[in-house]
Amino acid sequence: MRKLLSILVLLFLLMSCAKRQESEKLIKIDGSSTLFPVTEAVAEEFQKQKQGKIRVTVGISGTGGGFKKFIRGEIDIANASRPILKEEMEQARANGIEYIELPVAFDALTVVVNKENNWVDYLTVEELKKVWEPEAQEKITKWSQIRPGFPDEKIVLFGAGADSGTFDYFTDAIVGKPKASRGDYTASEDDNVLVQGIEGNKYSLGYIPFAYYAPHSDRMKAVPIKWDKNKVKEPVVPSLENVLAGIYNPLSRPLFIYVSKKSLEEKPEVREFVEFYLKMAATLAKEVKYLPLPEKAYEMGLQRVARMQTGTGFGGIPEVGLGIEEILNRPPKS
Amino acid sequence: MEYSEIIRKRKREDFIFNVIGIFCTLVGIVTLGALIVDLVMDGFQKLNWQFFTSYPSRFADKAGILSAWVGTLLVMLVTAVTAVPLGVAAGVYLEEYARRNWLTSLIEINIANLAGVPSIVYGLMALGLLVYQLQLGQSILTGGITLAFLILPIVIVSTREALRTIPQGIREAALALGSTNWQVVRHHLLPYATGGILTGVIIALSRAIGETAPLVTIGALTFIAFLPPSPIQSEPPYISFDWIWSPFSVLPIQMFNWVSRPDRDFAVNAAGAGLALITATLSLNAAAIFIRYRMRKKITW
Repeated sequence: MRKLLSILVLLFLLMSCAKRQESEKLIKIDGSSTLFPVTEAVAEEFQKQKQGKIRVTVGISGTGGGFKKFIRGEIDIANASRPILKEEMEQARANGIEYIELPVAFDALTVVVNKENNWVDYLTVEELKKVWEPEAQEKITKWSQIRPGFPDEKIVLFGAGADSGTFDYFTDAIVGKPKASRGDYTASEDDNVLVQGIEGNKYSLGYIPFAYYAPHSDRMKAVPIKWDKNKVKEPVVPSLENVLAGIYNPLSRPLFIYVSKKSLEEKPEVREFVEFYLKMAATLAKEVKYLPLPEKAYEMGLQRVARMQTGTGFGGIPEVGLGIEEILNRPPKS
Repeated sequence: MEYSEIIRKRKREDFIFNVIGIFCTLVGIVTLGALIVDLVMDGFQKLNWQFFTSYPSRFADKAGILSAWVGTLLVMLVTAVTAVPLGVAAGVYLEEYARRNWLTSLIEINIANLAGVPSIVYGLMALGLLVYQLQLGQSILTGGITLAFLILPIVIVSTREALRTIPQGIREAALALGSTNWQVVRHHLLPYATGGILTGVIIALSRAIGETAPLVTIGALTFIAFLPPSPIQSEPPYISFDWIWSPFSVLPIQMFNWVSRPDRDFAVNAAGAGLALITATLSLNAAAIFIRYRMRKKITW
């Protein structure tokens, strides 16, 4: 009896291993954790609308990890907090993966100080560079060294950890070279840790994504940023209006989804999802406290999908301080 | 120096060590206690039916852990089914069959080393071997086997420890009556060792249940709003193992995602998920203690 039972169990195991169901409609997304809340919201709504007939999964392997899976053809859509890089483009080409690049939301890196900080009215990009460049390590330690008139107190610095896209973008925009930063500051991949640190220290200075600043705006201050190369010569506060107007520079950055051309052609549900994404992104991004793009940008995205315009508008080189119009007006190249 | 003085000095030293000992013991207990109290205060309000039966959502109050706890349960099932037979068999072999030579010593040293390998390394190994080479995909099966690799050394070591506590006389008596080695293992050693082995297995599982890094590496998901196919079907053959190919999420990943979100309302959800996880771990440990107690009582030698 017992033998019979165990043989039966074994048989079942073998049978079930032999057939592998993949007939269900499944859309696989992975990549940036910054963009995750937006994509999650879209996926949630989409599944609700389809009443579970189409399934969507979203992972958070990070922008780089997401692109790796995308290039191997394992996922349909990659979430990205930066444009695709040159090496990734080359690998994609070698693997025969073509993609459509769609900006879907904005992030504004926000320079923040403690609520009780009453001396900072704005900071220039040069002043920020002076604080954050690698040469500043152990040299620029007091507020008075940033600008005469600031208090003679130690600056307590908070910033992104070296593995995050936020770190890459901030260092590129402020210091002028990706990943070039001083190392003697409190670094964390978890932005909530930074938020708590900045709230708890009067002499703190740090940078976080706008989505982390917005829910805490009553407990800390965002610093207006002044940049010589900006259209507006006055200091600009990070806000929805300023980002949409394209004047919060150089710290606003577009967030993208990359859609596989093959998935779009072979899986009608992917096309449906992407169109749904572009139509709903503005509403849903605001709901999860992210910054949406102007309407025009989503229309343009829909056109790109309809025309199957593959490639990137960035050429694989990280760039900073691009206005939304400039991003949209660049024709994608493969 | 007088004797009374020497004695007083030694008693003083004894007292000092006593105090240090109490302090060291308390560090662990108080930390755990504070952690649990903190979690309960934040997360207790979330522990309701809705939380356990809802999928993740962008609204903190509607979001739940259904896909995460089902994922955790199924991954643990695969882990146990894989790690227990492999680990126990390996432990029995090493303890009862293997000759003592340089090869067995080498294997033993390696098992001890494996227990100390960081879990992310297992994740990377599983990504290369299971996901890409063996094409098992980013499935519950892959997740379960990965964690099985991770806890295999613990299972092997605890099996051997359990076998070692059985008096040599029992083996000799059975062999003297003409038993084969297998009969000794099957009828005497395994029944006596079950308590110890189960304890080891459960403690190993309660380590695996909290693992995040290796599962993220092999591609466990964060947002997943559907369950794996049911193992029981309405049509013959009534049982289906399709669920082992399903994509999945687990509790620690869900918790990590909620902790790191901008919206602070999700922190309460994270505490709720943490509470569910810690309850699972503690009840596994309680089960281990209970089983050990019951089995010890039955043993009469």
